[in-house]
Amino acid sequence: MPKVKIPRKSTNVDMTAMCDVAFLLLTFFILATKQKPPEVLAVTPPSSISSKAAPDKSILITFTQEGKVFLMLGDDTKKSDIIDNVNATRALGLSPGELAKLKKSEFIGLPFNQLKSALAAGREIPAGKMDGIPVDSTNNELADWLRSVTNVYAGEDQKKLEQMLLVKGDSKAMYPVFKKIKQALKKNEIYKFRIVTNGEDVPVGSEVYIESKK
Amino acid sequence: MAEIDTSGGGHKKGPGVKKSKKLSTRVDLTPMVDLGFLLITFFVFTTTMSQATAMNMNEPKDDPDQQLKVKNSGAMTILLGKGNQVYYYFGQLEADKLSEEFKSTNFKDVRQLIVDKKKSTPIDDLMYIIKSDSTSTFANSIDILDEMSIAAVPPGHYAEVDITPAERMLIQQTELANGIK
Repeated sequence: MPKVKIPRKSTNVDMTAMCDVAFLLLTFFILATKQKPPEVLAVTPPSSISSKAAPDKSILITFTQEGKVFLMLGDDTKKSDIIDNVNATRALGLSPGELAKLKKSEFIGLPFNQLKSALAAGREIPAGKMDGIPVDSTNNELADWLRSVTNVYAGEDQKKLEQMLLVKGDSKAMYPVFKKIKQALKKNEIYKFRIVTNGEDVPVGSEVYIESKK
Repeated sequence: MAEIDTSGGGHKKGPGVKKSKKLSTRVDLTPMVDLGFLLITFFVFTTTMSQATAMNMNEPKDDPDQQLKVKNSGAMTILLGKGNQVYYYFGQLEADKLSEEFKSTNFKDVRQLIVDKKKSTPIDDLMYIIKSDSTSTFANSIDILDEMSIAAVPPGHYAEVDITPAERMLIQQTELANGIK
């Protein structure tokens, strides 16, 4: 009987195509992921089912677990106007050099009475050492900051300002801090703002889930 | 005819001619592919998919002239206390029936209570009153507002109101009785 000869095939596979795909995917993932800006303030926001993405450019009020309040003026076109306005309305007496330094800093987290000396000293204070902006009912400096914000945005589209105003807080922060921030906003007749949360799936079977399926 | 020698070695070209060995241009790509996929897996696992979202907040104007009257039959008051505890009562608290009406629950069970109330009340009368004690956290107050949207309570049918000293007392007593720290 003649033997059937099975030809021996090489087990070598051409890897070029696979390599191409791998690196294509790699480049895609690297380019598609947005780099998170380095967070100076460690804050874990609570979760909600809201699915609207938070805007990148924003006026962000952050409060930490300890109840310290910080303000970030993300709209670069208005940032210097707001700081100038605060300097004028609160008579802070900051020199042009100090103002420039304040405008360069990423966030504001000092009471008015410490601002000048801290800026004059030149050394940057780490966020953890800052006292935060006072929000007490007797001395609500956040309200002063927000007044300057509304002053600067006075002639502009108020819808745009509403969209930009964000409050971001740590889940473990106590409620009174949030309430004081709300009061500061209300003092300036800002009734609509948004809260930064972590996205969460809508619970299956809940009312809103049923409605969305209709 | 001229011949081109294409065979790789085997026979000598001639005496004294050193044959340069033909090297294959093929490179083994296996390690490169390995590296590529390793990096992909790394990036996929390290990127957090959670995107920060924004929740809308609408605060009412503090106008005493426009105080909203709420029907007792349609009101449910939700109070937030220490240790993620939730307390609630329907309508108004009556002094002699405090222990029956003032009940405690948690965030897991309050969802069903909200839905039950919504189903048993005509929509025009429905009102959820949310009161946060100073011992509750920011996450609590956001969670309860989120519960409102999960239960699809239309806007205007829930409101945040300041807690009264009497209610604060009640919460403290219940906390003491239930041993919540």
